[in-house]
Amino acid sequence: MAQTLSEQILSRAAGRTVSAGEVASVAVDLVMMHDSLSPSIIKIMEQELGAERVWDPERVAVVIDHVAPAATVQTAEKQNEVRRWVQRQGIRHFYDVGRGISHPVLVEEGVAQPGMVIVGSDSHSTAYGCVGAFGSGMGSTDIALAAATGRTWFRIPETVLVRATGRFRPGVSAKDLALHAARELRADGATYAAVEWHGVEFLTVMERMTLATFSIEVGAKAGIVPPVGIPQQVPDWLKVQEGASYIRIIEVNLDTLEPQVSAPSVVDNVFDLSALGRVPVDVVYLGTCTNGHYEDLAAAARILDGKHVAPGVRLMVVPASRDALLRATEDGTLAKLIAAGAALGTPGCGACIGRHMGVLGPNETCLFTGNRNFRGRMGSPDANIYLASAEVAAATALTGFITHPQDVL
Amino acid sequence: MSRVWIFGQDINTDQIIPGRFAPIMLKNEDDLRKYPFVEHRPEFAGSVQPGDIIVAGNNFGCGSSREYAPLALKMVGVGAIIAPLFARIFFRNALNLGIPCFTADLTTQLHDGQEVELVLEDGVIITESGEKIALPPPPVFLREVWAAGGIVPFYRQHGRFPGEAPR
Repeated sequence: MAQTLSEQILSRAAGRTVSAGEVASVAVDLVMMHDSLSPSIIKIMEQELGAERVWDPERVAVVIDHVAPAATVQTAEKQNEVRRWVQRQGIRHFYDVGRGISHPVLVEEGVAQPGMVIVGSDSHSTAYGCVGAFGSGMGSTDIALAAATGRTWFRIPETVLVRATGRFRPGVSAKDLALHAARELRADGATYAAVEWHGVEFLTVMERMTLATFSIEVGAKAGIVPPVGIPQQVPDWLKVQEGASYIRIIEVNLDTLEPQVSAPSVVDNVFDLSALGRVPVDVVYLGTCTNGHYEDLAAAARILDGKHVAPGVRLMVVPASRDALLRATEDGTLAKLIAAGAALGTPGCGACIGRHMGVLGPNETCLFTGNRNFRGRMGSPDANIYLASAEVAAATALTGFITHPQDVL
Repeated sequence: MSRVWIFGQDINTDQIIPGRFAPIMLKNEDDLRKYPFVEHRPEFAGSVQPGDIIVAGNNFGCGSSREYAPLALKMVGVGAIIAPLFARIFFRNALNLGIPCFTADLTTQLHDGQEVELVLEDGVIITESGEKIALPPPPVFLREVWAAGGIVPFYRQHGRFPGEAPR
């Protein structure tokens, strides 16, 4: 019987053929943990499970990205505890302050590969679907168990198919497709299911990450782009099979897709930008595992080149990874952003979790390229967050109100 | 008796506990008990009593993987959470911590502040008037994890995960 990508990957990991709806125990290929939950994961391993060692130090990755660099004495102390534990465990895949957000980093380092089952202590671990891996987010206890045993359990998900046709118009990009899908599916539309994103083989790996990370915002367990046309080695058993079963199919014509904006304070509150009216902003925040990639910095730089952000607007740029920052440095992208007035932050999660590096004050309005606009997400519960693409972010920084990229090009 | 706390739909983990109040941000991790719904419903943490029930709308717990969201609710003694649909990471985290979650929409049948009796072993809520509301029983494998007190005790007892044949 034809299988979805999730069924193919989870069957291999379960050592038997599994299909949607059944509960199965599976072997995991990689466990990721970050600084925010690592202290509690280590505590559960040591105190509740009595596990002194991780099951395989080569297959556990630890990343300091959530409060990087440390913002307080407490966070500094906790991060040092994590560093000492990593050393004791002999974990080689350790990425410290400045290397970037776990998801792009593990892809850049070649640690995350097509066909793998990857569980991470971060809800956006669906990101690994950008290389055709089954990536899923979990909390401290599940990650502690996976790190100690190399196994976890899943209810094998049904799959929602988002099928794109055509090509993006200028100023429109993967984020607009992701937001449009959230508008159609709503915030719970793929709960307990996986999302497959078809018809986007022309996107780069990091552009695919925009779609994969955003899959959690419609409730998904995993978000997978078929691994076709990427530099990674793809196992021959992993491909879209004719006749695989999808519980829902969303068709999107990219030729007519407009820039999309998610208005406060739920992710599926999505509008065509043209229907939004005039929304002045105080802050434009370009970053995160959704849209802080080199492609996003370059798209923003093309719009900002030779111009300057509007008076009274702060433009924060927090690259998703050191590789993104390096590439933007080498080809002049970064210089264009800085010359236009951008303030640069250390690669990492930045203010996405509202802990440091540009948190919002009361009554501020932010145009954010991230993935969540919940009240209080980036700081004050009285701030307003609008989600959009890097292109819309750059255009908005130039005018001071939410702007269509075509209006400033 | 248990007090019913009614919440709306799409309650996200930032509303349950903002990232700024994560254990790694606190001088004393036990202080987490002071902050569930600190901004969304500031009176909650101070007046919730052990055994109280959260009755919410669709998609409860969406957003982050932060286990300290259900942990904060466990620390103040929340006895059960009832919602028509739970976000999956929150549901797993709550299960792992041993917080009973039932899939049902009772937001119109019950009202905020109502006192009810929750009989967990029978899966039933009894109102002041004696009306019995049956809670739909969760799948067997979930009940087994609950019965053990969470996924860690389950794994330690059985040496296996749900969905795995006994060894």
